[in-house]
Amino acid sequence: MESLERLKEICKDVRADIVRMTSAAGSGHPGGSLSAVEAMTVLFFGVMNHRPTETDWPERDRFFLSKGHACPVLYSVMARSGYFPVEELLTLRKCGTRLQGHPSCKTLPGIEVSSGSLGQGLSIANGFALATRINQKDYRAYCLLGDGELQEGQVWEAIMTAAHYKLDNVCAVVDYNGLQIDGDVETVMGIAPLKQKWESFNWHVIEADGNDAAQMLSAYKEAKQTRGCPSVIIMKTIKGKGISFMENVAGWHGKAPNRAELQKALDEIYGKENKS
Amino acid sequence: MSVKMLPTRDGYGYGLLELGAANPDVLVLDADLAKSTRSDWFAAKYPDRFFDIGIAEQDMIGTAAGLSLGGKIPFATTYGVFVAGRAWDQIRTTVCYSDLNVKIAGAHGGISAGGDGATHQALEDIALMRVLPNMRVLVPCDAIEARKATVAAGNVQGPCFLRFAREATPVFTEEGDYFEIGTANVLKSGIDVSIIATGPIVYEALLAHEQLASDGISARVINMHTIKPLDEAAILAAARETGAIVTAEEAQIYGGLGGAVAEVLVRHCPIPVEMVGIADTFLECGTPEELAVKYGLTAKDIVKAVKKVMARK
Repeated sequence: MESLERLKEICKDVRADIVRMTSAAGSGHPGGSLSAVEAMTVLFFGVMNHRPTETDWPERDRFFLSKGHACPVLYSVMARSGYFPVEELLTLRKCGTRLQGHPSCKTLPGIEVSSGSLGQGLSIANGFALATRINQKDYRAYCLLGDGELQEGQVWEAIMTAAHYKLDNVCAVVDYNGLQIDGDVETVMGIAPLKQKWESFNWHVIEADGNDAAQMLSAYKEAKQTRGCPSVIIMKTIKGKGISFMENVAGWHGKAPNRAELQKALDEIYGKENKS
Repeated sequence: MSVKMLPTRDGYGYGLLELGAANPDVLVLDADLAKSTRSDWFAAKYPDRFFDIGIAEQDMIGTAAGLSLGGKIPFATTYGVFVAGRAWDQIRTTVCYSDLNVKIAGAHGGISAGGDGATHQALEDIALMRVLPNMRVLVPCDAIEARKATVAAGNVQGPCFLRFAREATPVFTEEGDYFEIGTANVLKSGIDVSIIATGPIVYEALLAHEQLASDGISARVINMHTIKPLDEAAILAAARETGAIVTAEEAQIYGGLGGAVAEVLVRHCPIPVEMVGIADTFLECGTPEELAVKYGLTAKDIVKAVKKVMARK
């Protein structure tokens, strides 16, 4: 496992990747990718048991990106952990790329299942976790969901199923950045109170600052140690985190930075004089 | 003529038991309809490999997808109208786009849920499923073929949709009859016209064959148990050798077998076609027999269509 300091350094590179790749693509979803940088970096570099150069290793933990539009952050942590060359990130959304606008398991090894239509990932994680239990194995299923995504009814079906079958090898992570395309989540269609809702569905709820790597490390650890019921990490995050002009602006959900915005973003991430 | 009657859903139940005994990785899911779909037979024998997901079709498909990623062969089971409609996006985006080894069983297909009325009659399931890349669509004609189709689906890699019926219908195929996904069975040879049918209505096509024979018309009868991949060779051979085709199905003609056959013919061998099936309408409640008469799904209707198509030759 990487040190906390090293994880924070990787987070900077991941943020830079996200703005670079969406800028090069001319489209994509930077906001909800940036909010999940610490969660994904900590997961791929400090928590999950996986082998980036052996993507079909059966014993690996599985990660399911239910909020498929946040694939820039997934592609970045995959590239930086060794699944494919970092340079390939700039092919995002280009015709012929393996890095589809929403992740496709048929083009990119390491993507467990294709996603992009919201609300489906937790059901899949549950199914995998159930198979794992039947196979008497102890690997885990991680699933990242958006907060707006919780408006999909299927998510609540899956929340019931995981608790009903006591799938304690499932760890859901909710990216609670409070914004969705049309604006504030609570204005568009309220989901609060999240903690009470998940608890009343018989989940173990862990709350954390999702943009704090140390908190996320301990949250994942607590989830792993929880037995008898599934765990959810409700992580409070800032949409567009790390790029001042993107932070807490719903408009950056699905818009790519132009060249000037990219330079400004990179300056903020690394500081003007450093590598950009 | 006395003939044994069984619903095709029984064939599904037997097929699951056969698969369950042969392969411990076969699992069955249901959405609170296990008794109706016959998945409860599997549940009784293999309780550790049966999972009720409750009334949550979308979650059932996603759970099945995850199970398949864990090396299992899940059969997600409920009424066809619910699974093909309500969970279509899950079937499209999760199962078919990812090409997962998930089997989907749609029970109470066609008019067999008669008394329940239009909400429960699966008439669009064939159209909805056959438009999906990577999907296979199987519509067995009787309980024996239903068992074979279930076993075949379990032994092939990739997504499959199986359609079964509620009502007992004639069992007219034999255990020893050849069954292969994607290969149509020619039940009667004929030279004047071809009847291509799918599901229990194949039996009506056989009755029509007899009536036509007494009128001096030699009708080929083809059991198109696989809608996808469609046996284009059998369709084109029928077109070239008999010059006219009637399709027959218990489903919407638009997008159903009628549409599928027409797509092949217009590209390769345009000949006159008539279609027996549901003509762009919702039905109503009634016994399957009453509905078959009222909406034109009987042997008599097939005979009428044959005479019409032959007049167009």
